[in-house]
Amino acid sequence: MEFDPQLLARIQFAFTITFHIIFPTFTIGLSAYIATLEVMWLRTGRDHYHLIARFWTKIFAVSFAMGVVSGIVLSYQFGTNWSRFSLVVGNVVGPLIGYEVLTAFFLEATFLGIMLFGGNRVPPWLHVFACIAVAVGTSMSAFWILSANSWMQTPVGHVMRDGIAYPADWLTIVFNPSFPYRLAHMLNAAYLTTSFVVLAVGARYLLAGRHVEQAKTMVRMAIGFAAIVAPLQLVIGDLHGLNTAKYQPIKIAAMEGHWDGTKPGDFHIFAWPDEKTETNRYALSIPKGGSLLITHDPNGLFPGLKSVPPRDRPPVPLVFFAFRLMVLIGLAMIGAAWIGLMLWRRGRLFDTRWFLLPSAHVWWAGFVAVIAGWVVTESGRQPWLVQGILRTADSLSPVPGSSIAASLALFVVVYGIVFSMGIYYINRLIVAGPGVSATAVSEHGLPSRPLSAAEEAAREALGQRS
Amino acid sequence: MEWYLPVIWAALIGTAVALYVILDGFDLGVGILFPTAKTESERDLMMNSVAPFWDGNETWLVLGGGGLWVAFPQAYAVIMPAFYLPVILMLLALVLRGVSFEFRWVAKTSKKWWNLAFFGGSLAAGFFQGVILGGLIQGIAVRNGQFAGGAFDWATPFAALCGLGVVAGYGLLGATWLAMKTEGPVAERAREHAKLLLLLVLAFMAIVSVWTPIAFERIAARWFTAPNIFLLWPVPLVTAVVAWACWEWLEAKREVLPFLAVIALFLLGYLGIVISNYPYLVPPTLTVWQTAAHPSSQIFMLIGTLILLPIILGYIVFVYWVFRGKVREGEGYHS
Ligand code: HDD
Ligand code: HEM
Ligand code: HEM
Repeated sequence: MEFDPQLLARIQFAFTITFHIIFPTFTIGLSAYIATLEVMWLRTGRDHYHLIARFWTKIFAVSFAMGVVSGIVLSYQFGTNWSRFSLVVGNVVGPLIGYEVLTAFFLEATFLGIMLFGGNRVPPWLHVFACIAVAVGTSMSAFWILSANSWMQTPVGHVMRDGIAYPADWLTIVFNPSFPYRLAHMLNAAYLTTSFVVLAVGARYLLAGRHVEQAKTMVRMAIGFAAIVAPLQLVIGDLHGLNTAKYQPIKIAAMEGHWDGTKPGDFHIFAWPDEKTETNRYALSIPKGGSLLITHDPNGLFPGLKSVPPRDRPPVPLVFFAFRLMVLIGLAMIGAAWIGLMLWRRGRLFDTRWFLLPSAHVWWAGFVAVIAGWVVTESGRQPWLVQGILRTADSLSPVPGSSIAASLALFVVVYGIVFSMGIYYINRLIVAGPGVSATAVSEHGLPSRPLSAAEEAAREALGQRS
Repeated sequence: MEWYLPVIWAALIGTAVALYVILDGFDLGVGILFPTAKTESERDLMMNSVAPFWDGNETWLVLGGGGLWVAFPQAYAVIMPAFYLPVILMLLALVLRGVSFEFRWVAKTSKKWWNLAFFGGSLAAGFFQGVILGGLIQGIAVRNGQFAGGAFDWATPFAALCGLGVVAGYGLLGATWLAMKTEGPVAERAREHAKLLLLLVLAFMAIVSVWTPIAFERIAARWFTAPNIFLLWPVPLVTAVVAWACWEWLEAKREVLPFLAVIALFLLGYLGIVISNYPYLVPPTLTVWQTAAHPSSQIFMLIGTLILLPIILGYIVFVYWVFRGKVREGEGYHS
């Protein structure tokens, strides 16, 4: 049987990186949340905050482990699957990832030990410091890897010689044109996603009438935070899009389903972009809405897909729909956060079932938006791997398709098991809840006395852990 | 500068790989010894002894691979496709054992599966690392600076031997680690296993040392021609002395010294491999100079490394210090 190595390598990369990005999104947000709680604990001395922090730390530990192991896979895949890519842009992209290892990975991985296991070996301030170090590490990691990715979108500061990219100006490379927007958008996405997970867990407890005090704090913090970062995400996303319109106009044309650049673009609420006829079918559109968004002028013109030959176009429907999915979720999140804020002001936040019930079930919304966003960014760049420099088709390793097919199958099986068990265990930790008082554990090695039935359940669920 | 830079980088990456092998070696070794535990609480103890460190230890692997890419993109672009399958299998093994640290604590009925994943993943990761090492010593087919071999070029008896050797070596590191960090039956048993594994490791070292000069002419030429032979003969001798000392210290139930002796053994073996292959990064065709990145990239990265590496080493030492002493049974995890 003949396998197409390029297609398989792309599927494999898309699969493994989509798996990976789920966990950074959560651990970047959650480590910041835990650090915040720990600082509040240190400043107020209230065990309440410590209890919530310890609870989320257990969930963090499981997610972080999955993030780490899937990340290590990715860092090697550049060589195994994309060795031409490694060679052509290695001089530029390699050092950025090298700095990520040195400034971020060691920091987070080392202090993780103290964060998870050092609670009764170091003084509280040092433990809080370790939590902050881990949070800083995860954000630093985002800084460098997004700089690398942004350079692939908007490459500047290099010179090409014999088909190889050589660095010319490092500051220009690191702070390339799309990087500030991408960093802001992604970090904000992580915070937003995490606050909706925290909201979901808090709402779940409130509905069940368990851990009510902790749940109230979670819901309050999540709503308050989301009410700010959700609209902020819209603003950053808009600026991000304007910047993309300048540097990657064809990607924007695909996002908007805009074929003919000689006329102002409509905004298509729904449509089916047809790549054969180069038109949109079943379009439901706001006339000139696209131009208004992109050029901030209803009669403004921006390049259409037809301005380049089909071989230089990205897969239009994929980019088009992924973009709509992301924006839809973004708008829904703004709505949800503001409704929550309104209920809060009326003092009804903790007993409004019609709000808590859906909230408890949409923990996944942010993750879907993040993946959709990355599909827009990455697929929208196609057929380029590095915009204007290297095509995806020219980046491949000299590896037979059958090897890639076999490893892809293994990835699907192993990641399938790891992911489903991970979700299952995280759910079990949530069911157990922020039960056992942390101080009781650290003094005696075992909880001195069960304070409630729920805490019994917690100990049972955690097995030998406590 | 053009001449020194690649050598400095080779030394740095060599250091990262050595640190990886020693540090992740002991925690992989604890995984390899996992089935020797008799009870669930013994397994808890073994896992607790490495749980705070494994993630940091594995980061050296990322630095080794990332460093190779940064400093020697050409070598990276040849080696990774050449060892496509063993690299992927090693990574998947690391995935399974890495998550079992966290999953095992939350699991109830499925705990035995994560015990198995921890053991199997550690074993397979060590084995494939050895296979990759053996494959490198064997040499890689290169044409026009690109990998030009088949998907299974690495699969030889020699590579399998190296794989088993690395597994035994990691087991030995893990056993001496347990003897140092735990008490009671786990430590007792680890000491006994360490002796067995020490003999096994010496046997593997001897076979590889005989096999390579016979099979690979360039390696024979490196060791057995004047003046090299006059400079290099102490290497095997020192190895023998260190092995003997390790045995004695194990007999005397010394706690830290056997672990340090095994580290010395690893470094000596590593030195032997470096001597055999220098200056090739992709034996037998590509040298460190042929595969080096642009000097600007190497310098940009070198500045950061020289500033950051001491800081990193500093806080790593600090964390090992925080968790100094014996791991006690039932010591609070996540507390
Ligand atoms: C926006 C952030 C982000 C993005 C786009 C990526 N990662 Fe990641 N990565 C992280 C954010 C992160 C993190 C937050 O730092 C992680 C996730 C959980 C964790 O343990 O650290 C991590 C872990 C992690 C690790 C393990 C680090 C360790 O040992 O602690 C490696 C090797 C990578 N990643 C490599 C990659 C590669 C090669 C990527 C792209 C192709 C990538 N990551 C995309
Ligand atoms: C973490 C967030 C990311 C996600 C979710 C993501 C997602 C994707 C997806 C879905 C593809 C397949 C696109 C297609 O084939 O149509 C892809 C391709 C690729 N991306 Fe990304 N990406 C991310 C970050 C990065 C980063 C940071 C880099 C490099 C520094 C990178 C490098 C690549 C490469 C090398 C390919 C393979 C070529 C290809 O298949 O098009 N990606 N990514
Ligand atoms: C609310 C309205 C939103 C707008 C207008 C918007 C806009 C954009 C645009 C234009 C891009 C593509 C940038 C490019 O590749 O050039 C993008 C990418 C992305 N979006 Fe959004 N977005 C919104 C909401 C969200 C939400 C709610 C999330 C997640 C919680 C999210 C996560 C992402 C991610 C992860 C990417 C890929 C990384 C990047 O290129 O920044 N977005 N967004």
